[in-house]
Amino acid sequence: MPYTAEKPARRETNEELRARIPGWGVDLDPADRPSVPRERYAPDETGAHWAFPDRQEGPPDRERSIEHMMLTPVYGTSVPLRGFSGIIRRIAYARFSEGRAAHWLLLILGDRVDAIASRLRSLISRRPDDPITETGVLSERRRHGIRSRFGHRRADVKHSWMDPIVVAGPWILAILLVAVGVRSAVKRR
Amino acid sequence: MKALTYRGPYKVRVAEKDVPRIEHPNDAIVRVTRAAICGSDLHLYHGMMPDTRVGTTFGHEFIGVVDSVGPSVRSIGPGDRVMVPFNIACGSCYFCVRGLMSNCHNVNPNATAVGGIYGYSHTCGGYDGGQAEYVRVPFADVNPTVIPEWLPADDALMMTDALATGYFAAQLGDIREGDTVAVFGAGPVGLFAAASAWLMGAGRVIVIDHLDYRLEKARTFAHAETCHFGEVSDVVLHLKRGTDGLGVDVAIDAAGAEADGSLIQHVTAAKLKLQGGSPVALNWAIDSVRKGGTVAVVGAYGPIFSAVKFGDALNKGLTLRMNQAPVKRQWGRLLEHIRAGYLAPHEVVTHHVPLDEIGEAYHMFSAKLDGCIKPVIVVSEEEDHAVHG
Repeated sequence: MPYTAEKPARRETNEELRARIPGWGVDLDPADRPSVPRERYAPDETGAHWAFPDRQEGPPDRERSIEHMMLTPVYGTSVPLRGFSGIIRRIAYARFSEGRAAHWLLLILGDRVDAIASRLRSLISRRPDDPITETGVLSERRRHGIRSRFGHRRADVKHSWMDPIVVAGPWILAILLVAVGVRSAVKRR
Repeated sequence: MKALTYRGPYKVRVAEKDVPRIEHPNDAIVRVTRAAICGSDLHLYHGMMPDTRVGTTFGHEFIGVVDSVGPSVRSIGPGDRVMVPFNIACGSCYFCVRGLMSNCHNVNPNATAVGGIYGYSHTCGGYDGGQAEYVRVPFADVNPTVIPEWLPADDALMMTDALATGYFAAQLGDIREGDTVAVFGAGPVGLFAAASAWLMGAGRVIVIDHLDYRLEKARTFAHAETCHFGEVSDVVLHLKRGTDGLGVDVAIDAAGAEADGSLIQHVTAAKLKLQGGSPVALNWAIDSVRKGGTVAVVGAYGPIFSAVKFGDALNKGLTLRMNQAPVKRQWGRLLEHIRAGYLAPHEVVTHHVPLDEIGEAYHMFSAKLDGCIKPVIVVSEEEDHAVHG
């Protein structure tokens, strides 16, 4: 009881734990724990054979956090900024530090715009988005969707009905945008 | 090459992309043999991580065979079978030389608050990930390591993140002999954290989740007591009652941004993206740990604000410790533990799925179907001699 000085009695002794748990206590000494101490100066152990890395060649306008004093010597090149979402994201990086909510909220806005624009682009591409295969929803039958979800007191069952709305939302928005665009084009004629 | 391609929240497809090329003298190109889907990949999949661009390839847990290397690479070469830590580290910045290789300052121009991670949005550097046939691996002399001949493929794969992170979480907890340790989340990281807590001398280990098949795994794999939070009216009270009113000595949040247990927290974070994460598990950890105790956080959260109960943490005098695991730093000791039979990481792998079916694997893992704990994507079997399951 915390109202007195004694620590609650152990349920199992060290010997009992050693007999039950393979390896119990082998890292009891913090000296055997690889991340203790948390910081340990060991520049010769990292594998680096440079004081500062060579610089990766690339576009000079690669976006970066304004908290960085320069473009880092190495960076990813998976999907360069593009389109309207790219403009939003560039503003987020160029104007706001990571300490500002605006930085992150603009990046999230850029994500939503990117998703909708990609949806629109896909409609006129040779491989349009297929929400059936891309959501993996066909695995419901093979992976026992009903049996897995119900009868187990799963907490996520209370909100999983929202998932289709999150998935379908950008589609519905994209269709509405196309419909509005077509309607106004027809009206102009 | 074939690669997973993000198409927007809850949607991925396998598409043809260019094979990555050497972009820096210390790059390697690795032909992926196996990749895992991490619980934190689901945050990307659900559209929670800022600057996740359509077209990006996920995957920060992978192993493979070196295909080619840049001119300055000395330590590995074509044909080597390698495991790659999920953190990208330069090995020479202020943080790397002090062992904080998950906090490298030279690999992520998009943020200073997080290092570089494969396939984890532009917020983490804009690198394509390993859920593909090939992947670019920067700083090949610093990050990848040749897989020991005796180490099975799935064990090596778990070393690249989940096992190292779970083991690191137990270290963050500063566990002392006889401590009672609560682990929130019975996913792979939580299971490994629970198993690791025993190695550090825990007296009791209690795993909390709402998925009964994962709690069963916590009992059999991690030898832990379990608590199904859907079956108790108040998790914190349950843990306090079970520890003579004191609270646990160490609490580990291995759930992260999409934790369930509070509808409003989950919906505002995971569905409406108004929080960086749903801090249900973190708040339970803060409230259930004893005064003066330690809360360790390895569950992933996004960079925006979350409704965390810092007042309780302050008033209880808690120590809060957290980080992305510096993976490679754990490997030497973890290899000893696997070889000694103390840890068997492949036992948490429940599904092997070909790359072409990765969309279904994401849905299965996200919806927690079919008893899924850890899905592994088998990209290529060749030269992968020590294979489980």
